[in-house]
Amino acid sequence: MRKIISFLVLFAILFLSVSAVAGESVPPLQHNWSHKSLFGTYDREAVRRGYQVYSEVCSLCHTMKFVSYRNLADIGFLPKEVKNIAAQYSVTDGPNDDGEMFERPALPSDTFMSPFKNEKSARAANNGALPPDMSLLVFAREGGEDYIYDLLTGFTPPPTGIQAQTDIYYNKYFPGGQIAMPQPLSDNLDQSAQDVVQFLAWVSDPYMEQRKRMGVKVILFLLVFAGVTFKIKQRVWSKAGKGKTN
Amino acid sequence: MSDSEKIKKFDNSVIQWIDKRLPIFSLLKKEYVRFQVPRNFNYLWNFGAILLVLLVIMIVTGIFLAMNYTPHTALAFDSVERMTRDVNYGWLMRAVHMNGASFFFIAAYIHIFRCIYYGSYKNPREIVWILGVFLLMMLMVTSFTGYCLPWSQLSGWGTTVITSLFSAVPLVGDSLVTWLWGGFSVDNPTLNRFFVLHFLLPFILCAFVLLHIWAIHTTGSNNPTGVEPKSGKDTVPFHPRYTAKDSFGLLLFLIVFAAVTFFAPFALTEPEHFRPFDPLQTPEHIVPEWYFLPFYAILRAFTMDICIPFTQIVLLSAKLQGVLALLGSVVVLLFLPWLDTSPVRSARYRPVYKWCLFLWVVSVVVLGYSGAQSAEGLPMLFGQIGTFFYFFHFLAVMPLLGKFEKTLLIPDSISEAVDKKMGMKN
Ligand code: HEC
Ligand code: HEM
Repeated sequence: MRKIISFLVLFAILFLSVSAVAGESVPPLQHNWSHKSLFGTYDREAVRRGYQVYSEVCSLCHTMKFVSYRNLADIGFLPKEVKNIAAQYSVTDGPNDDGEMFERPALPSDTFMSPFKNEKSARAANNGALPPDMSLLVFAREGGEDYIYDLLTGFTPPPTGIQAQTDIYYNKYFPGGQIAMPQPLSDNLDQSAQDVVQFLAWVSDPYMEQRKRMGVKVILFLLVFAGVTFKIKQRVWSKAGKGKTN
Repeated sequence: MSDSEKIKKFDNSVIQWIDKRLPIFSLLKKEYVRFQVPRNFNYLWNFGAILLVLLVIMIVTGIFLAMNYTPHTALAFDSVERMTRDVNYGWLMRAVHMNGASFFFIAAYIHIFRCIYYGSYKNPREIVWILGVFLLMMLMVTSFTGYCLPWSQLSGWGTTVITSLFSAVPLVGDSLVTWLWGGFSVDNPTLNRFFVLHFLLPFILCAFVLLHIWAIHTTGSNNPTGVEPKSGKDTVPFHPRYTAKDSFGLLLFLIVFAAVTFFAPFALTEPEHFRPFDPLQTPEHIVPEWYFLPFYAILRAFTMDICIPFTQIVLLSAKLQGVLALLGSVVVLLFLPWLDTSPVRSARYRPVYKWCLFLWVVSVVVLGYSGAQSAEGLPMLFGQIGTFFYFFHFLAVMPLLGKFEKTLLIPDSISEAVDKKMGMKN
């Protein structure tokens, strides 16, 4: 049995070393995010402010194709507000009975409008670089929230020795250091960056709170069940220990 | 058994009615109630039952996923993401299925380790063991094809890397790869066939599981002493002792499973798995799932082509050596019953072998570490040493040590061993 325990310990070490595989850029600093702790929940206020930042700034370039306006209700927007937000955007729908495409205001059930018609036009507007879709961005980057926060606050002029180029910006947290995204936030930088990161975290994992709540119940149930089963097992085996079969 | 005996078998008349026509309840009673098993199992004997439950969980969640999944390159990634967001409890089904695959391998590896430690593969249980190795192979193909389905960067590139290995086969290699892909690159036909295989294999797995259980119920189970039961004193009926013990162990396992699934469901998922597959952009690190890392390290451990001496004619390319070693690392398991020459089953009574086995486990862990790193420098060297030890254990230690090792005194019977242990405790 001792052997088995050491086996498990070594496996734990293996897991840790696996998760330590990192890129060649500066590793992100560790920050404290309320939602990352074991029972942590999203900071609603921050997530809502983050939505504001996203819709005013990031959404000019980035898509978010898996999120619908109706999802905003989950972070505390009222049904009427959701409707109004959606109605500010217009969607191409159709074809109608005459065979024509037409524009209509977006509904809560529509997904977030894309800023560009397609990938080609997104690249054309961004010097060939494609702003990634934001629906899963926190999961899709090594370092997650920490990385995105550092990226947003880490823009600097190019260090001496590196020649400044037009339309290429310097950010030591980005792999390679040279990024096609101009610094998107500047006013109230720290606060806005924190807010938008928390919004992006919610967008990537909207069921996190429900999942944790269900997890508590499932584990409590299993614990009680395991306790009862343990008692039964003890009972059954204490009879067995003394005598022979049955 | 006479007719009158049969009639009295079940009190419940419905069960009795069915059983007379299809003796399924008699079968269950014989195999899972009265069935005699050694009385000294430890908790390592729980993992077979745990694996059965996991198989059911995987099939049930898998069917729900399949109902919402679209096997098309343009839609697969989106359909998985849509299902987790917009289908009721889709997030739950996916979290259970994804983490279930990892826990399946955790349980399978512990189950296999148990067999190796206590010599369960030896006469008369060779067929049980061989069926088990087949189950492992099918499990690997199932999870590999499943990992392809979300069509993420790692799905696409992992599939490309592993299927390309077949190009190392002499002469027909390239045609073989084209045939596997159903085209000239990993594309829609590949995704479609992987989906079909991923759906089909678990059911074939079920059939093999039945054979596996049939065989073990024919030979009877091994136990920690490795001594066969000799009298009624050595065994107990399966129910209620082991139904109770198995349930308790299963619940402990499920608690760990639930903790990971609900509180860290993406802990084992690489960031690249959250990006859709882009055939034009190779990710920096292509790493397989953690449970394949040791095998991946074995694959990459070979770096030198073997040539005919003094010529440049390659006999065995490094790539082909890697592929053969990879296959060999699983196939060698099939031969354990004959590679292990020791008359003693359980490592408990084999002081030297115990340490060799420990080194083998260490080598597997080191291989896992190496597989997670890029193939260069120290990790690469570790991978090569690990590969050597992995095979050295099976091909040299097992056959030779069995002949020379001085084993400890084996107890006469299971009950003697149990009584001695109880005595020591008091
Ligand atoms: C002017 C257009 C534009 C705006 C506005 C913009 N981005 Fe970007 N973003 C880009 C482009 C282009 C890229 C791709 C950069 C590259 O690949 O070099 C990018 C990439 C990113 C990345 C990924 C970096 C990586 O590791 O690949 C993050 C994170 C990001 N943006 C966050 C944001 C946030 C948060 C906002 C809003 C506060 C925002 N962006 C606003 C154009 C924009
Ligand atoms: C032996 C049991 C099984 C194992 C080990 C297994 C393993 C896996 C793995 C590793 C994935 C990738 C998960 C991800 O990255 O998202 C996956 C996905 C999937 N599996 Fe299975 N699976 C099993 C049984 C089944 C069965 C029986 C079905 C259907 C009948 C099924 C249907 C699916 C589907 C549709 C997906 C893609 C959806 C997704 O990626 O979440 N699986 N499976």
